[in-house]
Amino acid sequence: MPPTQQSISEEIAREHEAYARAGSVRHHPDRGYAPYRSSLLRHPRQPLVAVRDPEAVELSGPAFGVTDVTELDGDLTRRHTGEPLGERIVVTGRVLDRAGRPVRGQLVEIWQANASGRYAHQRDQHPAPLDPNFTGAGRQLTDDQGTYRFTTVKPGAYPWRNHTNAWRPAHIHFSLFGTAFTQRLVTQMYFPGDPLLPYDPILQSVTDDAARARLVATYDHDLSVPEQSLGYRWDIVLDGPAATWIEEGR
Amino acid sequence: MLPTPSQTVGPFYGYALPFPGGGEIAPAGHRDTVAVHGRVLDGAGEAIPDALLEVWQPAPDGSRTGAPGSLRRDPVTGGFAGRDGVTFTGFGRVATDADGHYSLRTLAPGGVPYLSVCLFARGLLHHLFTRIYLPGADLAADPLLASLEPGRRGTLLAAEEAPGTYRFDLRLQGPEETVFLDFN
Ligand SMILES: [Fe+2]
Repeated sequence: MPPTQQSISEEIAREHEAYARAGSVRHHPDRGYAPYRSSLLRHPRQPLVAVRDPEAVELSGPAFGVTDVTELDGDLTRRHTGEPLGERIVVTGRVLDRAGRPVRGQLVEIWQANASGRYAHQRDQHPAPLDPNFTGAGRQLTDDQGTYRFTTVKPGAYPWRNHTNAWRPAHIHFSLFGTAFTQRLVTQMYFPGDPLLPYDPILQSVTDDAARARLVATYDHDLSVPEQSLGYRWDIVLDGPAATWIEEGR
Repeated sequence: MLPTPSQTVGPFYGYALPFPGGGEIAPAGHRDTVAVHGRVLDGAGEAIPDALLEVWQPAPDGSRTGAPGSLRRDPVTGGFAGRDGVTFTGFGRVATDADGHYSLRTLAPGGVPYLSVCLFARGLLHHLFTRIYLPGADLAADPLLASLEPGRRGTLLAAEEAPGTYRFDLRLQGPEETVFLDFN
């Protein structure tokens, strides 16, 4: 029998208490976070091995350029002949390193469900309609200020099989590169005020309240376009070895 | 500034992140091309059919600048044009197949011959870094390999199956768990 939402919610609460008791700050999820059941056989049990080699290849990283994106890749509503269904939104923000410096000219990729909560993926069998005018993938290079900007539709919530009556809150998947491979980040952006946020073991795997809040975008009325779209702002800070953000000019 | 937390790549990245030629890092037809392949396995020894591997590496001359053009776009159709067949970008990205298998074709990097790997999967809340070391004379001097006890060191060494073909499996959990790395 799959667990109930109530038992998963109790596990989530216990994990939060254990985190608070431990008293040290943790920004990223514990890979062994059990309320997210898919993690059970898919996380290492041995401690990670620290690499502090200043010559490590991972302190450099891949480069992307104008050939890797087209101008239309930032607008997910114009990838087909017709208009997608749903609430049109603009999502924009800056990609920064931990020293607050903009990450320039780097690749930002996003993917998401359509407005009904269905992915354009054969394995998504949620019986919500596909939208022939929406695929839900986009990419862009950050500009000189580290800014990215996507036009899309607000994704719908969708069910999944982690437990009985499990629903993912609306979210957009993000993939980001920094100047070093160590700064690599794949994450998810959530929407403010979504009533599903407390029930979701994937979001709640970030047990630090302040860190979890950093995954939720801000509604920004000044970004909303009259008669057209609502605006959300979400800045992203890439983690990485201290050396890549404390030492200026590295 | 405080970092944005990681979240799992989930099961549905397949129409967004992989791209044609993602595993073809070597320029087309290059005579020094080597193949690297293997499987990604979970703690029960089962295939992980929804993992994504990224590889970053120096060029054969040891340069670490990389080059754009890994996922060249076709401005006419809005689809992928594929790599230009000449440029060595140093970057590759491949999804595992239904049997948990991946394969790459690349050129051995200059310097200590290792490929840096960043692994994503459904069920993995935060990516994992590891390295694929190709056989070479310089391995003895590598500080990471030197720091590992022999049993664990072996999980980072690719095995030569045939000239120019190397096998490297990734085990996320279990007695032969791959060594994963922390750079922070
Ligand atoms: Fe999702």
